[in-house]
Amino acid sequence: MLMKGNEVIGEAAIRAGCRYFFGYPITPQTELAEYLAKKMPKVGGLCLQAESEVAAINMVLGCNASGERAFTSSSSPGVSLKSEGISYIIGSDLPCVIVNVQRGGPGLGGIQPAQSDYLQATKALGHGDQHFIVLAPAYVQEIATLMGEAFDLADIYRTPVMLLADGALGQMMEPVDFEAKKQRTLPEKTWAACGHGNKREHNVVNSLYISPEVLEQTVLARFERYKLIEEKEVMYDGYMTEDADICIVSYGITARIAKTAVKAAREKGIKAGLFRPITLWPYPKKQLSALADKVKKFLVVEMNMGQMVDDVKVATDCRRPVEFFGRTGGIIPTPDEILAKIEEMNGGAD
Amino acid sequence: MVVFDKPKALTNAPFHYCPGCTHGIVHRLVAEVIDEMGIEGETVGIASVGCSVFSYDYFGCDMIQAPHGRAPAVATGVKRSHPDNFVFTYQGDGDLAAIGTAETVHVGTRGENITVIFINNTIYGMTGGQMAPTTLLGQVTTTSPYGRKKEIQGNPIRVVEMLSTLDGTAYAERVAVDCVKNVINAKKAIRKAFEVQKNKLGLSIVEVLSTCPTNWGLSPEKAIEWLRENMMEHYPLGVYKDLTKEAAENE
Repeated sequence: MLMKGNEVIGEAAIRAGCRYFFGYPITPQTELAEYLAKKMPKVGGLCLQAESEVAAINMVLGCNASGERAFTSSSSPGVSLKSEGISYIIGSDLPCVIVNVQRGGPGLGGIQPAQSDYLQATKALGHGDQHFIVLAPAYVQEIATLMGEAFDLADIYRTPVMLLADGALGQMMEPVDFEAKKQRTLPEKTWAACGHGNKREHNVVNSLYISPEVLEQTVLARFERYKLIEEKEVMYDGYMTEDADICIVSYGITARIAKTAVKAAREKGIKAGLFRPITLWPYPKKQLSALADKVKKFLVVEMNMGQMVDDVKVATDCRRPVEFFGRTGGIIPTPDEILAKIEEMNGGAD
Repeated sequence: MVVFDKPKALTNAPFHYCPGCTHGIVHRLVAEVIDEMGIEGETVGIASVGCSVFSYDYFGCDMIQAPHGRAPAVATGVKRSHPDNFVFTYQGDGDLAAIGTAETVHVGTRGENITVIFINNTIYGMTGGQMAPTTLLGQVTTTSPYGRKKEIQGNPIRVVEMLSTLDGTAYAERVAVDCVKNVINAKKAIRKAFEVQKNKLGLSIVEVLSTCPTNWGLSPEKAIEWLRENMMEHYPLGVYKDLTKEAAENE
């Protein structure tokens, strides 16, 4: 089936059993809400346009707190508005799926594709000690599988999961197979606040802990869960990394362009490779560290000013030089630009 | 023989409220209504940020704590996925009428079938007595130390009057809990609000004129007097919207 990225997000959510979408229009992800506005009523679901991004994420909070699968979607400026709610969702140990179809920033920025929310997504979207899972699809097919995975991971670990896409991927049409997602066993939502029916104690969904000792314990317990996620849920992809001298590290749409550059470099006899993190948190640190034993140099390629560079340096303990090439403001780098950077680095290696 | 007992819909957790604070009365009224309607098992309450945040420990029904001002949006998420549950928010004036104004107005425009219990005590209690959107002109607070002036801090907002103009608001009443008669009437209003929700007529809101002796710097008794003498003039008691009445009159 041939579908547009933004629509695949919506279709994959419906197929994951999600029946509630709360959103607010913003370019370049509006097709998603429009798709769901048509489809949700046909499957007995609801697509509700909220009065703001702030309200939308809090409707998602309420819906998830009552035990249902709900999600919201936005683009960069709108995601900033959702950050308060996301922090509360983390503090309340609620599952939740958030989609960010990134555009250029800061401020109102632009409406062209970007990856300039990497740091916001992976380091500090909301206040407080926290992490959440960040999935970066590079193909429309991957949107379909990862969107389904996002709902499962959110339920299993009681954490928000963000699908971090970009305007190009959202607008792109590619063939997609929704059956490719793996099946997982999901825990029962015994904590849901949906009416106790006089059959159990009242459930309280809450992020407030006035006692610092108690708050510390809840944070520590959450970080134990984060350890499990880091052990079990890291996803990545590699292309010709085995014998690579220069290894590109790139994610999302940019990784596809980098792959073309790697192929072109190989044709010129340069041993280039590509490492593509699929989970941006948890970050594939161990795999990158192992690569640092083999490759001579890393090249980070992103549609921003180098937001992932430090993660590569930390993962590899700075054992190899880490260089950067990127475009920002909504400009997509070309394979030739990346190839030129590879050639420059290759020349420098001799 | 037991002649006076705690409502079943309240837990055994002791209230943390200051002496003379009327939150306790309003909690009790909501719990009595829940008991009388026999709906504790199907009710979800939304606690808001402010003194009443711990209401999630006091009400025996399932509870969710919302971010500051966002209780109506959280309630929307619960109610839309559980239309047969009762969903109520319990919010103060800073939460509902300042930071959460947009969320409050839009549950009215959408006609969400939820009940909003709105505590108006003209001040921010939990943070220690700052100016609220409902602070009266001339009223001294820690952030209006020379008295609220309309030229500087603007005018106090009348919430139920504003919400009653919205088509989706089915029931809006302002009550007070300053005397036995008014407490009885406040309970009737809360009961009515839950009945309106049961009949899926739209938003029901009860604004309760309340006291904050601690931050007003008054004894509980003087605080009640201050409420009567100052608040009731700017915030007149009464029913501002009642779709059930309008429907009955049209028959």
